[in-house]
Amino acid sequence: MANNATPQIMKQGRLTPWLYLAPAIIVMGFFIIYPMFTTIWLSFQNRDGTQPASATCVEGRPCWGMFENYRYALTAELNTSTIQTTWQTFWTSSYGNTIKWIAFMVSGTVGIGLFFAVLAERVKYEALAKAIIFMPMAISFVGAGVIWGFVYDYGAGDKQIGLLNAIITGLGFKPMAFMSTPGANTIALIVVGIWIWTGFCMTVLAAALKSVPDEILEAARVDGANEWRVFWSVMVPIIMPTITVVVTTMVINVLKLFDIVYVMTGGNYGTEVIANRMYTEMYINFNTGRGTAVAVILVVLIIPFVYLNIRRFLEQEAMR
Amino acid sequence: MSQSKITRSSINRFFNRMPLHLAVIGLMLIWLIPTIGLLVTSLRPVQSINTNGWWMVMAAPPGMESYNQYCGECHGPDGSKIETADLSDPAVIEQYPRSIQLLGMLRQEIDGQPHMGDLELPSAQEAADIAAQLKKMAGGEVTPRLTLNNYIDALVGYRGTNNYVDDCEAGAQAAGMNCNISDLLNPRGMGRAFINSLIVTIPATILPILFAAFAGYAFAWLDFKGRYWLFAILVGLQVIPLQMTLVPISRLYAQLGLNGTFWGVWLFHTGFGMPYSIYLMRNFLGTLPRDLFESAYLDGASHWTAFYKLAIPLAMPAIAALAIFQFLWVWNDLLVALVFLGGKHPVMTYQISNMVSSLGAGWHLLTAAAFLSMLLPMIVFFAFQRYFVRGMLAGAVKG
Repeated sequence: MANNATPQIMKQGRLTPWLYLAPAIIVMGFFIIYPMFTTIWLSFQNRDGTQPASATCVEGRPCWGMFENYRYALTAELNTSTIQTTWQTFWTSSYGNTIKWIAFMVSGTVGIGLFFAVLAERVKYEALAKAIIFMPMAISFVGAGVIWGFVYDYGAGDKQIGLLNAIITGLGFKPMAFMSTPGANTIALIVVGIWIWTGFCMTVLAAALKSVPDEILEAARVDGANEWRVFWSVMVPIIMPTITVVVTTMVINVLKLFDIVYVMTGGNYGTEVIANRMYTEMYINFNTGRGTAVAVILVVLIIPFVYLNIRRFLEQEAMR
Repeated sequence: MSQSKITRSSINRFFNRMPLHLAVIGLMLIWLIPTIGLLVTSLRPVQSINTNGWWMVMAAPPGMESYNQYCGECHGPDGSKIETADLSDPAVIEQYPRSIQLLGMLRQEIDGQPHMGDLELPSAQEAADIAAQLKKMAGGEVTPRLTLNNYIDALVGYRGTNNYVDDCEAGAQAAGMNCNISDLLNPRGMGRAFINSLIVTIPATILPILFAAFAGYAFAWLDFKGRYWLFAILVGLQVIPLQMTLVPISRLYAQLGLNGTFWGVWLFHTGFGMPYSIYLMRNFLGTLPRDLFESAYLDGASHWTAFYKLAIPLAMPAIAALAIFQFLWVWNDLLVALVFLGGKHPVMTYQISNMVSSLGAGWHLLTAAAFLSMLLPMIVFFAFQRYFVRGMLAGAVKG
């Protein structure tokens, strides 16, 4: 262990470190560690945690015994009568939608962020340009929901006060009720997410780009590589570790994302995602067992990233 | 000769760089326009918001155009050209308050001739616009282009058919309104929510930083068993989602009577802010030069002295970054406020999300409320952008 032998520069009582750590460990134990285990336990109980989940099984219906809440969490949104309907309903379920969110939002934020970071470096108003892209990071998801709800506004008559529908009708097409059209609405919500998070990706990637040595870029240009080539064959490979970090961070963020869906559609019209579904089961349907089961599924999906995070930390420590 | 060469090459350069500028400025506009739309809308009177889009804010009112098209030629630009049908006379205009009456009158013949001559009748929408325009010309109520009424209504939580200022002047305010400063405390208003947001945010920013400073110091400069692995666990905890802990904590709070109290939210945010804050503090404190601490010790300083006289002052940049991060996180949070505070002490995000579901199309209130909630984060963001970016680059994820 690279760092084990570090300090020992001052005499210290054996208890001193624990005195410094105590407040942090107590609040973390109380608010993170303890509830994590309770959540797992509750996910095997019934709706108010008084009986095991298997007690909620109904005769003649499918039942997974103690995993009954998980059966509900995983299959309730699906129409499993045929393979085809299962497939179709999967893509409008919270899981299918979460996959769409991850696919579009992560590629959107990282793609636009990288694109903009490269471009902004070459203009004189770089600072202003970056500040504008970054600004939504300071706004709440709720505020962003209102901002974009207004952009997406749909007037039933011939008057459109929403910007997007005004453009669409101006071009001679029919206006669209973005929030209540399944399929389109999830994409519309993802656009809001991209608007918020691109600034984060851009800032981190821009910092990485700045650290690429100029000599390497110059050498590539002298060797006759055009800008496109320099970007793909020199810059991208050098900043690949940062891109990986940004992508994993974004995947975690998307998995946890709740506010946008809650504020803009409430999970209706086929826009449900895992994080919002947990809220719905728990605080609208008041079913602790099912709500916690959804939460556990969410954590299971995140665990690979916990592992990645720790591994990256260990690698960084080893390099110190 | 050389002069022209330079100009030509700089012109070439300018055109070569056009696509670059177009792409950058185009993206900047796409990012900016939705927010500008919100700001402009929040400043427009209700009637205008629902009449046309916010980008028309500086255009002439639609009634003006239609009036000139259908009526202006005969009645004159101010409506007083025909003496027997003086459109600037309120008594005349009163008979045609809406498009139906107006169209009905236009269909009638005058002296055996069609009222409009060869002109086509205006559409229902145009007639409505004209009716509104006629009212203005006759000296009826004139709506200003921009107004602060939406903000006042949002602050006091006024949801009458008219706006708060007018209703108060007329003495026709809704029940529960006193028409003085005390209305700012109305639980449905954004004024009260603003105060609640501050009450939630300030301790929920200070507490985690305080605890994290202690723990970060221990991880960076103290030696203890399991130091390394404890920190690795901490790194892993950073990505545990809030959702995983909400249910047991709200059950526990119900037993302790902490649901709906500020203490409940403060403590929860402190617990959840901890992994990231400690991570940041430890990494920053760990980069301070070792000699400093060694010489402090040789001078007889204890750990406590080294901590608060040396480590804390030097860690100010990290503390600033952390403070901004935590402030924005707590201020913008909806989920925790929703679960633990709810309507008992509504914060701004809660109030807005409530408005969205209960008011539907009340854009004048929604936009003003949303902008009010963005005001403080925007100020903090633009004032301390440097620290914010630094904190973000130093850390991983949180929440």
